Amino acid sequence: MRYLPHTNEEIQEMLGVTGHNRLEELFDHIPEECRFLGEMDIPGPLSEWDLGEHFQNLSANSQVTSSKTLLVGAGNYSHHLPHIVPSLISRSEFLTAYTPYQPEMAQGTLQGIFEYQTLTARLLGMEVANASMYDGASALAEALLMALRIKKRNRTVAISSAIHPHYRKVVHSYLQPGPFEIVELETDPEGRTDLSSIQQIDDLAAVALQSPNFFGVIEDLKSAGDTIHSTKSLFVTCFSEPFAYGLFSSPGSCGADIVCGEGQSFGMPSSFGGPGLGMFACRKKHQRNIPGRVVGETVDIEGKRGYVLTLSTREQHIRREKATSNICSNQGICALTAAAYMASLGGTGLHKIAQLNYDKAAYLKKGLIQSGAKPLFDGPTFNEFVLTFPGGFESVRKRLLEKGIIAGIDLGLFYEQYRGAYLFCATETTKKEILDQVIEEVRS
Amino acid sequence: MTYGPGVSGLILEEPLLWEKGKKGRSAFSMPKQDVPEAVDEIDHDLLGDGPDFPDLSEVDIVRHYTRLSTWNFGVDTGMYPLGSCTMKYNPKINEKMAATNGIATAHPMLEAELCQGPLEIMYELQRYLATITGMDAVSLQPAAGAQGEMAGMLIFEAYFRKKGEKRTKILIPDTAHGTNPASAALCGFTPVPLTSGKDGTLDVESVAELMDEETAGIMLTNPNTLGLFEDSINEVNSIVHAKGGLVYGDGANMNAVMGIVDFKRCGIDVIHLNLHKTFSTPHGGGGPGAGPVCVTSELEEFLPIPRVTKEGDRFQLDSDCPYSIGRLNAFFGNYAVLVKAYSYILSMGADNLKKVSQLAVLNANYVRESLRDVLHLAYDKPCMHECVFSDRMQHDYKITTLDMAKRLIDYGYHPPTIYFPLVVPGAIMIEPTETENKDDIDQFIRTFKEVIREAQKDSEILRQAPTRTKVRRLDETLAARKPCLCG
Repeated sequence: MRYLPHTNEEIQEMLGVTGHNRLEELFDHIPEECRFLGEMDIPGPLSEWDLGEHFQNLSANSQVTSSKTLLVGAGNYSHHLPHIVPSLISRSEFLTAYTPYQPEMAQGTLQGIFEYQTLTARLLGMEVANASMYDGASALAEALLMALRIKKRNRTVAISSAIHPHYRKVVHSYLQPGPFEIVELETDPEGRTDLSSIQQIDDLAAVALQSPNFFGVIEDLKSAGDTIHSTKSLFVTCFSEPFAYGLFSSPGSCGADIVCGEGQSFGMPSSFGGPGLGMFACRKKHQRNIPGRVVGETVDIEGKRGYVLTLSTREQHIRREKATSNICSNQGICALTAAAYMASLGGTGLHKIAQLNYDKAAYLKKGLIQSGAKPLFDGPTFNEFVLTFPGGFESVRKRLLEKGIIAGIDLGLFYEQYRGAYLFCATETTKKEILDQVIEEVRS
Repeated sequence: MTYGPGVSGLILEEPLLWEKGKKGRSAFSMPKQDVPEAVDEIDHDLLGDGPDFPDLSEVDIVRHYTRLSTWNFGVDTGMYPLGSCTMKYNPKINEKMAATNGIATAHPMLEAELCQGPLEIMYELQRYLATITGMDAVSLQPAAGAQGEMAGMLIFEAYFRKKGEKRTKILIPDTAHGTNPASAALCGFTPVPLTSGKDGTLDVESVAELMDEETAGIMLTNPNTLGLFEDSINEVNSIVHAKGGLVYGDGANMNAVMGIVDFKRCGIDVIHLNLHKTFSTPHGGGGPGAGPVCVTSELEEFLPIPRVTKEGDRFQLDSDCPYSIGRLNAFFGNYAVLVKAYSYILSMGADNLKKVSQLAVLNANYVRESLRDVLHLAYDKPCMHECVFSDRMQHDYKITTLDMAKRLIDYGYHPPTIYFPLVVPGAIMIEPTETENKDDIDQFIRTFKEVIREAQKDSEILRQAPTRTKVRRLDETLAARKPCLCG
């Protein structure tokens, strides 16, 4: 086996040093009742060439082979990926390194993550960001736990029902063992979160909104922030599509205290939803409560600028059970990828591409409405939107699927009351011809 | 300086991203505007200025990241004997497999019918991990080892809740992994520290003494973080079970025991695996990892969802599990990492996986025997995949573990794990892994011995080390006291 370098002679020589005759003897001290009986039921070994063929066969069993004909987002988006990003970030010096415990030989990772933290903070309009969380959903759960730590006496969090349904489920999993209450807030006819009930909630530690929300609707974060702060609770926002902040006001500029979300759009392939990137930022006054790893700037013994993992007194290896989170491995290489992606776009590029995303989705939305569809909500949307169809959509979707176009998902899978309403997505990767084809299919 | 591979090198400076570039540069190939512009229709109050990012050219970015990469050290660069981290070679082919069209393009929110290939990989991997650990059922949902631990603790919590019992404490040995107490605390359990016996393994009597009906069970790591196999594991687990408790096994050290130990036979109820350790997926400078969680059939109903099931020849997603602890991530965990592990397992087959563990243990015992004359061996027992020394023999020269670690850097090695586990003051934890050949291990041993000779003869060299890196020893106190987290 090519990953196992030992020759038989070397094995014998080494066994001579350790005082054994056979490899099996190295395990003689393991009690009989712990032993593995028989063989592991695993096929292979496959040669490199047979492995490649096996994967080709698996690939043939997947209907999604191109993002160009996929009009679905719902938390995972198709965007163009400049070749330089994977080409640079897949350099093995980055990819095959461990968490940077020895900063002198990990300055590449550390400076890269420091840059990621900075670009993330600038994107979200916040003061500090961490080195990443697992994904948008677990980031939201940790944001709420952080808010509950800050507001020690309060035990309730209110979350918008327009937050991605899977994110809400993850919040429930994370908060389940604690003494916490989760209240879900309904949406108004615009598809925005109705905050009118939060004044009546006792014990409120935080209110969380997503913008753009699961329906693609842009929340009015500024006025939401004022309302939430009037209850003395923390304003948490999340997102699944960071491209929106190339165009719309950042959550930080609208007064958010903690901002988190999914960064998959910044250079990660769909890859069945992972790895993604949990982006996480907060106000400086809360930085010692932030979960996960952070990189900070310092100097070496010669006064030269350098970077280290820092604020480790919040972390599990020092604080043990009192740690701000149990995160050890995060999404390191994804954070580096996102930084390279943000840098490739630049401020000017992100603004332009966000506009193009808006334009594409607006074109599809208008086209479908002209063909008879009705928007479920009146609020402004970014690159996703929800429509209902007087004659139903399922059969149209099937016909499009036969042509290789996957158009929308049924919202009823997540919201019983919206069965038959479809959530669509269009990004810069979808050409006008495809959008026209979908519009045409609905019209006929 | 004739020992390690670190002889010389040219280091280039590189500023921070926003210290270079000019407004108006671009590294992005902007797609054509083939639909009308529509942004004018947006309510202006909602619009922002766009982020303050630098504008850079393609060459700016290529040079930037290429230079940064030269300041880094990976497994592909050289030996990385970081104990408990299993820094083995990460096969290149796995990257290509994970990037296969149809797999990398699979979308997580579509009906199962459209994703049969991607689901088949998950289904088979669930099965392989079950056979490797000896357990009955697997969920691939956790995104890292610590999230796997958390899944395990949530399963404990859900199990006792269903039984109508409230248990508040959990036993955690001092040789367990560092994340264990934090994971337990997140799930509402108060960790009760368990002191190991004199030989570095679990002390059956203290388990018997501390285990009671308010204790949910025990979180142990086997082999433990001293690289020792817990011989009395069955006895310990019987005590815990007799009081109605459950046993959590941290499988971070699985690389030592594939095809050799059956965890179900050991009395383990829940175990997580680190695919980024044993199953060769790259660590990426701190992730992404994957921490699948494996359980006995008794606990299957509590596993995180979604899991993949098979009906006839079709693969399906099973999310309808009323007792499940729920989702831990938005989609299927770190899917591409799962694919790489699947690719690795198929490349190896059962016999080679067993050989992996044999050679990993051989390499560690060989290092242990070769360095035991010059470094203090913390516990004189046969080790598994890693061995733990300390700096006790160097105290006379006022040389610490940190000094020796930093000097190894100058010689071109990543240092071992240091100052962990906490039960060994000045610990030096060496895990060579099976993918290092004898020549390279011999060179590492010679180098370490040279560092120890220097400690006696010329100790100041060690205190000044490293000298050949981009930066010298960094002021970590300053970083923590005046945090500067963003530029």
